Amino acid sequence: MHVEMKHINKTFDGFHASRDVSFGIEKGHMAALLGPSGSGKTTILRMLAGLDRPDSGDILINETRVNDISGSKRGIGFVFQNYALFRYMTVAENIGFGLKVQKKSKAEIKERVEELLELVSMKELGKRYPHQLSGGQKQRVAFARALAPNPKLLLLDEPFAAIDAKVRHELRTWLKDMIQRVGVTSIFVTHDQEEAVEVADMVIIINEGQIEQIGSPEDICLRPQTEFVKDFIDTERFKINYQRNAVSTHGKQK
Amino acid sequence: MSKKQEKTFQQDMVGDGVHSIQKVIEPHQQEPNRIVKYAMIGVSVLFLFVMLVIPLAVVLVNALSEGWAAYQEAVMDSYTINALQLTFLATVSSVAVNTVFGLFAAYLLSKFYFRGRQVFAALIDIPFSISPVIAGLAFILTFGNIGWMGDFLKAHNIKIVFAVPGVILATIFVTFPFVFRELFPVMNAQGKDEEEAAALMGANGFTIFRRITFPHIKWALLYGIVLCAARAMGEFGAVSVISGHLRGKTNTLPLHVEILYNEFNTTASFAVSSILVLMAMVILILRSLIERKK
Repeated sequence: MHVEMKHINKTFDGFHASRDVSFGIEKGHMAALLGPSGSGKTTILRMLAGLDRPDSGDILINETRVNDISGSKRGIGFVFQNYALFRYMTVAENIGFGLKVQKKSKAEIKERVEELLELVSMKELGKRYPHQLSGGQKQRVAFARALAPNPKLLLLDEPFAAIDAKVRHELRTWLKDMIQRVGVTSIFVTHDQEEAVEVADMVIIINEGQIEQIGSPEDICLRPQTEFVKDFIDTERFKINYQRNAVSTHGKQK
Repeated sequence: MSKKQEKTFQQDMVGDGVHSIQKVIEPHQQEPNRIVKYAMIGVSVLFLFVMLVIPLAVVLVNALSEGWAAYQEAVMDSYTINALQLTFLATVSSVAVNTVFGLFAAYLLSKFYFRGRQVFAALIDIPFSISPVIAGLAFILTFGNIGWMGDFLKAHNIKIVFAVPGVILATIFVTFPFVFRELFPVMNAQGKDEEEAAALMGANGFTIFRRITFPHIKWALLYGIVLCAARAMGEFGAVSVISGHLRGKTNTLPLHVEILYNEFNTTASFAVSSILVLMAMVILILRSLIERKK
């Protein structure tokens, strides 16, 4: 297991945000933390990133317990919900910030920034400031910035929430391709079942701080294990989707 | 009702102000009533003229009424210069202290959550709501001879009340919300995502402040400093109570003006006032420049 949470509990002022949360994600996989708002999915992500501390339980990355290691030393890239781009720095400075902090040489930073700008197809826009970018472009910069220091684990908090419904679908496919190409283990938080099912290869469903079910998108849609999952996932709709998908991939293979 | 009218009416229901009411009543009229407009301009100008322009003009006219030589004499008087120096010292001290305090408090209250946050924020505003005279008295009761800390201060030979430290303390007290009040909303709106993002990349606290927090707050900070300085220079009440009016020692410019005026030395008192007016003008210009930048 590349990333593991074991019996994590967390309360905020008496509010139980995580109850005995345990799961594991293998290297190179992409997991979705899916649940309604207020279910505690972001808390899990923040604990993985070291932005919040669990009350009890262990967090393991690469078999090492990281509870007492600060977030910046865990080898994590984090994409915030509103991207949290540094608004007084250019796109290139944003992407290079992590490397600059690590005191990498100027030439090295420049090379890596250019490489990433190319990866996210924003080569021409390196000198722009965040407020001059569209939502989709901001997301691409946030993604590039998180990847710049070569993290072992990429965490994304509601990566599509701040984006127009029109381009959301396009970006989903883009992000999925991108992450597969880079091959980094990633976890993203979402409240959108369709997003989770389409993008992730493993879905963790959370409700009231508790894990309801862990499984492949197909498992979740076709074999819900609890009443909550049955209610939350529109099983009928996905059944049809799966049949259609099966047909279309079949068609492609031919 | 036609579609278009319905829309304006809906806008009005949402409440986008006077303009839409006008649209509903008279959809063809473009501008609000001209007579009302000019009447309002007239009243405002008249009010400003009577309340601000005339009194300030009177200050300058009176200051120069006995000629340039008399003006110079009053301004160059050693007591005046002493008062100017003390005002300068008190202003610089309170700006320095309140900038540091305001930054810390705004950072604390906007980036951290803890119980009693709101009480803390309300406490900072006390100098806004309390009469400066009462603030001065409170300092006397705390640091004075018969005061709460009197014996301790006497034993260590520290003099606060009726001395320069008291003047500085009182000035700091009355001006301490300014920097905080300017910074807090800006820092609060910024949120802490950017700071968290930088911290996750391994940036230390100072780098985060320098590269992320500071660029965002610099104009608000400068604006707060200017307001704080303006208030510090003009402070009368609290300083008046605690200073003891010792000429050449604990007299600030506003106190000096009062003393001169009470001695029927009108020209000199207006001349000294004109220094304060001049400083206020400089502040006003600075302020509008910063406001434009903000």
